[in-house]
Amino acid sequence: MIDVNLIIEKLPAFFGGTDGAPMLSTSEGLQLTLELLFLSLVAGLLLSVPLALMRVSRNRVLSTGVWLYTYVFRGTPLLVQLFIIYYGLSQFEWVRDSWAWEYLREAYACAILAFTLNTAAYTTEIIAGQIRNTNHGEIEAAKAMGMSKWLMMRRIVVPSALRRALPAYSNEVVMMMQSTSVAGLVTLADVTGVARRVFSDTYMPFEPFLTAAGIYLAMTFGFVWLFKKAEGRWLAYLAPRKH
Amino acid sequence: MFLQGYLPSILEGTLLTVQVAVASLAVSVVLGLIGAMFKMAPSKPLVWLAELYSTVVRGVPDLVWMLLLFFGVQMMINDFCTYMDWPAPEINSFFAGVMTIGFIFGAYMTETFRGAIMAVPKGQMEAGLAYGMSPLRVFCRITFPQMVRFALPSFSNNWLVLVKSTALVSVIGLNDVMYRADTAKSITQEPFTVYAVVGGVFLAITSVSDFALKRLEKRYSSGVRETEL
Repeated sequence: MIDVNLIIEKLPAFFGGTDGAPMLSTSEGLQLTLELLFLSLVAGLLLSVPLALMRVSRNRVLSTGVWLYTYVFRGTPLLVQLFIIYYGLSQFEWVRDSWAWEYLREAYACAILAFTLNTAAYTTEIIAGQIRNTNHGEIEAAKAMGMSKWLMMRRIVVPSALRRALPAYSNEVVMMMQSTSVAGLVTLADVTGVARRVFSDTYMPFEPFLTAAGIYLAMTFGFVWLFKKAEGRWLAYLAPRKH
Repeated sequence: MFLQGYLPSILEGTLLTVQVAVASLAVSVVLGLIGAMFKMAPSKPLVWLAELYSTVVRGVPDLVWMLLLFFGVQMMINDFCTYMDWPAPEINSFFAGVMTIGFIFGAYMTETFRGAIMAVPKGQMEAGLAYGMSPLRVFCRITFPQMVRFALPSFSNNWLVLVKSTALVSVIGLNDVMYRADTAKSITQEPFTVYAVVGGVFLAITSVSDFALKRLEKRYSSGVRETEL
């Protein structure tokens, strides 16, 4: 029932090959998915550390502002966020007149912006939760050593919170990896986008979507394995004792 | 007029979105309970089957599942009907959407319920059986009321993710809030306003459910002492 030949024939398309051209000759498919994922994860992580510090700060205005941001972005679907940026921003003339419009009218930049803001919201809450969970002994020791507030944050609180955030963050990375599939709905040719194109070319649903599913499954296993390794490296001191 | 009178249409779409979400939740709870029972079954093949279900489903994006199941199953049914010389039936997209989302979140619920059942002390079930209750009655009277407390936090999370996933069903042709928004966006030429309203709709749904589920958690935790830090 499943046409294996079609899967083999179309497989290069999922890795950046177009008809005739070899794999990796374009940045479509898996490459684009990974590109979108990594750029938004890096930007999201960089944003979320200062945001998490603001979230736990005693300044009411700062913490409420960040709370509102995470609340809105965690409470609405990523697809809506992507559509607001991709379709919505063109409603405003000042956006169309600005220098950023050159990028914002491209689906690529919109997708990265939406994914970044989305993952930053979830990551902020993960890190803020771990900062609040910091052992008070560690903080007291830092104070006893005469560290200033910022030195303590930089050397003690943030590194320790980031380590403890690893298990929850690995979930977020896998979720984000799967969420990048909505990029295929705004004309981008990521793994899902390529699968949709093959489907509309051939009217064969199983072959392209099963290929895409296989690629995502492999990526999920890859990331889970990678984060297990990372936890073994950075969270070894919290691992259950081995005899 | 605000959005040229498209607001009622968007709100109508919201109703459909909520219906899809609630119906899918029901399907996913049933599948989750079956999956959890399989995972704890004494027979190895059943355990493997449940393991396969929860691993593979959770490892693939819901959008890919929706496309695969909606178009794939439709073609399978069509092929089968041609083969049997029957007229091909029209698949109801509401039914298809609910089944697909229910199938996906059944995998997440499997993990939720398995963990919750394992958190109930075994002696409780054994005592029920010793009293001569049937296994089903033990489940209904002893296990279930106690596992709800352990299941609720993860259940709430699954529900919130499920609600947000229903935004994808317009891809398979459902006339939901996203579909209505697409029409309204093209006609009003106010895409930002339209999607901001849709975002507000989802935020309202998630806020209300969050509030209700928190209350429910409190209710099911009565009799358990809370410690204060």
